[in-house]
Amino acid sequence: MCTVCGCGTSSLEQKEAQGHEHASTHRHHDHDHFHEHSHDGDKASIIEGATVDFGAGPAGAHVTGLSQERIIRIERDILAKNNDYAARNRARFAQTRIFTLNLVSSPGSGKTSLLVRTIEELRGRFPIRVIEGDQQTANDADRIRRAGAPAVQINTGKGCHLDAHMVGHGLETLKLEEGGLLFIENVGNLVCPAAFDLGEAHKVVVLSVTEGEDKPLKYPQMFAASNLMLLNKADLLPHLDFDVGECVANALRINPDIQTLLVSAKTGEGLTAFYAWLESHAARWARANTPTAVAE
Amino acid sequence: MHEMALMESLVELIEDESRKRGFSRVRVVRLELGALGGVDADAMRFCFDAIVKGALVEGALLDIVVKPGEGWCLDCAEAVVIHERFDACPRCGGNHVQAAAGDELRLKELEVE
Repeated sequence: MCTVCGCGTSSLEQKEAQGHEHASTHRHHDHDHFHEHSHDGDKASIIEGATVDFGAGPAGAHVTGLSQERIIRIERDILAKNNDYAARNRARFAQTRIFTLNLVSSPGSGKTSLLVRTIEELRGRFPIRVIEGDQQTANDADRIRRAGAPAVQINTGKGCHLDAHMVGHGLETLKLEEGGLLFIENVGNLVCPAAFDLGEAHKVVVLSVTEGEDKPLKYPQMFAASNLMLLNKADLLPHLDFDVGECVANALRINPDIQTLLVSAKTGEGLTAFYAWLESHAARWARANTPTAVAE
Repeated sequence: MHEMALMESLVELIEDESRKRGFSRVRVVRLELGALGGVDADAMRFCFDAIVKGALVEGALLDIVVKPGEGWCLDCAEAVVIHERFDACPRCGGNHVQAAAGDELRLKELEVE
């Protein structure tokens, strides 16, 4: 978009400041103003071949009466850098046909227990790898390895979420197997991880029934960003006042497309449904990400 | 939420732009925040003040423009303004409103010299 008049519709995202037609013989709207004079503040660049370019300064544009040191349109997403890394991860997953899920939840919802059981029950069918994110300790990765899957622990230190760059480094040390599953267990936090794309196929939010039914309303970003909600610790429901229906209704208010499964990592209740969800979504994802599917 | 990490990315982004476009001082940093984005403008200002020491943006004014949230009401089949993700439709009062825009987090423009 032109910084003088706002003409043009596309954003400047990838374009450099060396703008378009605002040069010396300048046709803009229906008048043209040829600048034979010079005034203080104009920093015209003289380019070989005698073009005097008033648009070559940092502002990428020239307006009479304003000095060149003015406004630069940037229009860049603050998360652009993370999103670039995420795109690289995603391309790598597509190339090696690794179906990746990003598991998010508050601390203590039972993500690791769910993963341990899933690994024990699915490792005969798929090669499974896990990236564990926590602020400190390698406890979770140890638990995952004992369950039979290679895992890498990423400690974020003071960080409250995993970002795509950290995951990229994690991938270097994990030997991924083609056609496998990769689970990324994010830092327990229902806020920050919502904004950071890691390159996953889906975010899966885990909510335990010992939490409140209104969590989807309290932490809407996370439920808006997720495709599946696992309501964990279902075995405790007889002892609680948790209203499953209300919780699902709240999640659907935030995200009309979210799917919900009621599960228990402890008893195994509902996990067959989760495995079926996994397989069907992995198959659909693989179809959409194979070069032949694109060619069809 | 993670305003400090976002501010660090912002400062990197501006330094990147300064190398590309050759400016050495920033007077105003103008951000656009979507009202549904879960990023708090006051927290952003706090982190900005904490992080700019010695950076190119030291002394710059942080101007945050909050963009209202936009939803699509499935019942009215119309775009409506919403303030929270779970807001009911301001026209029909129904709950079938899908957030359509309002989680922007963009560096709009810089005033530089």
